[in-house]
Amino acid sequence: MLAGCYDLDEKPWFTGALGKVENLTREAQHLFAGPHTLAREYTKADIAPVFRANGTLDPGTPDYKVHLANGFRDWRVTVSGLVDHPLSLPMERIRAMPQRTQITRHDCVEGWSCIGEWSGPQLAVVLAAAAPQPKARYAVFHCADPMTAEGDPDHYYYESLELREAMHPQTILAHRLNGEMLDVPHGAPVRLRAERQLGYKQPKYLQRIVLTDTLDGIGGGKGGYWEDQGYTWYGGI
Amino acid sequence: MTVDTEKAPLHLPDGVRAGLGLAPAGPHYFFYRHRAWVRAAHWINALCLAILLMSGLNIFNAHPALYWGNGSNFEHPALMLGAYADEFGMVDRGVTVIGGHEFTTTGVLGASKIDGQLLARGFPSWATLPGPNWLAMARQWHFAFAWILVLNAIGFVIYGLWSRHFARDLAPTRQDIAHLPREIADHARLKFPRGEKAKHYNGLQKLAYCAVIFVLGPLIVMTGLAMSPTMDAAFPFLPWLFGGRQSARAIHFLCAFSFFGFFVAHIAMVILSGSWNNLRSMITGWYVIKGRGRD
Repeated sequence: MLAGCYDLDEKPWFTGALGKVENLTREAQHLFAGPHTLAREYTKADIAPVFRANGTLDPGTPDYKVHLANGFRDWRVTVSGLVDHPLSLPMERIRAMPQRTQITRHDCVEGWSCIGEWSGPQLAVVLAAAAPQPKARYAVFHCADPMTAEGDPDHYYYESLELREAMHPQTILAHRLNGEMLDVPHGAPVRLRAERQLGYKQPKYLQRIVLTDTLDGIGGGKGGYWEDQGYTWYGGI
Repeated sequence: MTVDTEKAPLHLPDGVRAGLGLAPAGPHYFFYRHRAWVRAAHWINALCLAILLMSGLNIFNAHPALYWGNGSNFEHPALMLGAYADEFGMVDRGVTVIGGHEFTTTGVLGASKIDGQLLARGFPSWATLPGPNWLAMARQWHFAFAWILVLNAIGFVIYGLWSRHFARDLAPTRQDIAHLPREIADHARLKFPRGEKAKHYNGLQKLAYCAVIFVLGPLIVMTGLAMSPTMDAAFPFLPWLFGGRQSARAIHFLCAFSFFGFFVAHIAMVILSGSWNNLRSMITGWYVIKGRGRD
């Protein structure tokens, strides 16, 4: 009976219609969740004995190896784009900012979950220091892990969030997991945590944050590495 | 509502007549059993559930294991579909692990063939939508048809209450409950209500339909939403209600197979109690009542 469905997902009108549902889902979830509701925070007793690492487990590039060897002494997270005061933050600055520690549940799009304790400055505080311009709509995150052929500048992992999700109190630049410095499989030296989103919306090995008013022209134009592979940009479900 | 019977061209046994789509011989008449909106809701629902089950199995294949609690205890899944490989790395056995007990299920669960080659795969490609493991597309199918299912269900419930369809046709009466033991015995002997009694749902039918519409339906939607990190922030009681996100995922899976179980039983009853008469009544609304005056 469903044989016809197998052809449907090759038809642009149909996949286009399915894609439109993403907007409906996003708007409905925004309506219920609003900008401020918090993801549940757990206790230390709930922390998973082994927090599964997924996706890139080691960027492995010569550049990254140098950073790893010198303890990320020269690693910087830059904030640029539609901001009045571009920033270039060394790790010691990130560690010295007011910290938020949260024990949260990480939900992978594959279906599994792990609970861990993350620490780092709130992205809202970092962005405020950069003074976003009113027309900024998205925060785009560029990472150090190459996803395809070596050296191809367009194929490093990237992600993006709506500014209101980027400003959420539980969206942090995490540099510690369970009290330890972030290790390589989990995104050393710093990664994004956006606790109301699925795992692929929380990029590791974070280097550049760019505020924009459009996602066009970045990577494949869909707002993220996985989005360019067909995953929905909205990652709240 | 009744209409006069058609005239049979030949005197045929009822079984043959049923096969030809003719009303049975003897005293019989057409009865308008299902109104158009019920029929429409039924078929929209059937389509949605088929697509949701098959796309859901594809989504499940992205991580073919279930756990209890908030997080995934990878060492101790409640259920897991896995595969073993031989010394050359070729998959040679599929297994289903339930609570630590392993069962070989090669060919169907854990490992099944695609283009003649045995591959590690939770559910086989004939059961999933899309056929290949394709999480991104399966999610799009799943969420689109989940919306249709929910909107259809909301419409059905509002109209069902307003038109008194639930009160009149679906709510079990005291009499239905009292007759349940006999109803079960009759069903077991494949003896189904006939004549005037076939105009109404019997007690077992009412209970089954009510359980699916008012228990299983809301449960599968709520456990589905409980897997969404944003909805969990909006409604923290959702994952709490089901014992955590992973428990909600496991219950969602059990609900899906309960729906499938209902589907199998429903189809069996439809066939055993008169497939064409039942099918016609759910397509056109008209059902043949045989044996006026009896029962």
